Amino acid sequence: MTIDWAHFTPLASLGGGALIGLAAGILFIGSRRIAGISGIFGEVLSGARDGMGWRLAFLAGLLAAPWVVPGLAVGGGEARFGVSWPVLFVAGLLTGYGTRIARGCTSGHGVCGLSRLSPRSLVAVLCFMASGMVTVTVLRLLSGEAS
Amino acid sequence: MSRLLAWLLPLVAGLLFGVGLIVSEMVAPAKVQAFLDVGGRWDPSLALVMGGAIAVALPVFQLARRRRPPAPHGPVEGRLIVGSVLFGIGWGLSGYCPGPALVVAGGGSGEALGYVVAMGLGMALGNRYGARELRRA
Repeated sequence: MTIDWAHFTPLASLGGGALIGLAAGILFIGSRRIAGISGIFGEVLSGARDGMGWRLAFLAGLLAAPWVVPGLAVGGGEARFGVSWPVLFVAGLLTGYGTRIARGCTSGHGVCGLSRLSPRSLVAVLCFMASGMVTVTVLRLLSGEAS
Repeated sequence: MSRLLAWLLPLVAGLLFGVGLIVSEMVAPAKVQAFLDVGGRWDPSLALVMGGAIAVALPVFQLARRRRPPAPHGPVEGRLIVGSVLFGIGWGLSGYCPGPALVVAGGGSGEALGYVVAMGLGMALGNRYGARELRRA
């Protein structure tokens, strides 16, 4: 392992993370809702009337975020390992299906679940971190890029 | 709670959440993949995003818990593990998890929009196959 100090951004990461935690905290204190993105988006897609209003409002805020932050990069930029459309499509399918059956993603299990000290969420986080790391390692080896 | 607040509160929370994802660079797939590349040139930054988020959210959630008893934690089942592993593969392949994908799509990226459409299809599949057990769990 080599740590890439040149790209290490501790202040932006901590600060951005704190904003995410604040957002999750506000939603939980204010309305006892969990700021889990896959749950919010997935429930909207399921068409469940109950709770549709607050979910749409949250998603509207999320989608509007790139337009209210002046000067910050909006686009995601290129993936490190160039992603073709078929790969992107498969990745989206796996993420959508996986987060639905596991009932959460980086936000619901990662931020909110761990903050609630949920054992389920800890298991989920360890699983998606591990499989994400294995996946990227395989991509790097296939790409022939030197580590 | 007034009707206005019922809309305003989640709107502001969603906005703050999205701004946090942008500031922390969770919206950059290359940054995410560099974080997951522990065996290569590892950029540990994104561990601090979760650290920073939990540092703020944990006291809030625990305080709220004292005021009202929390919902019980469910059991750890196969679906939780299989689903999380599948999600991790999708996350690693693309560099996008659901929140950042929505934010970047909201900013007008065709790539992120394509990913969000596929993610929506995956979610619809998940809703259809296993949704009933999900609600019971």
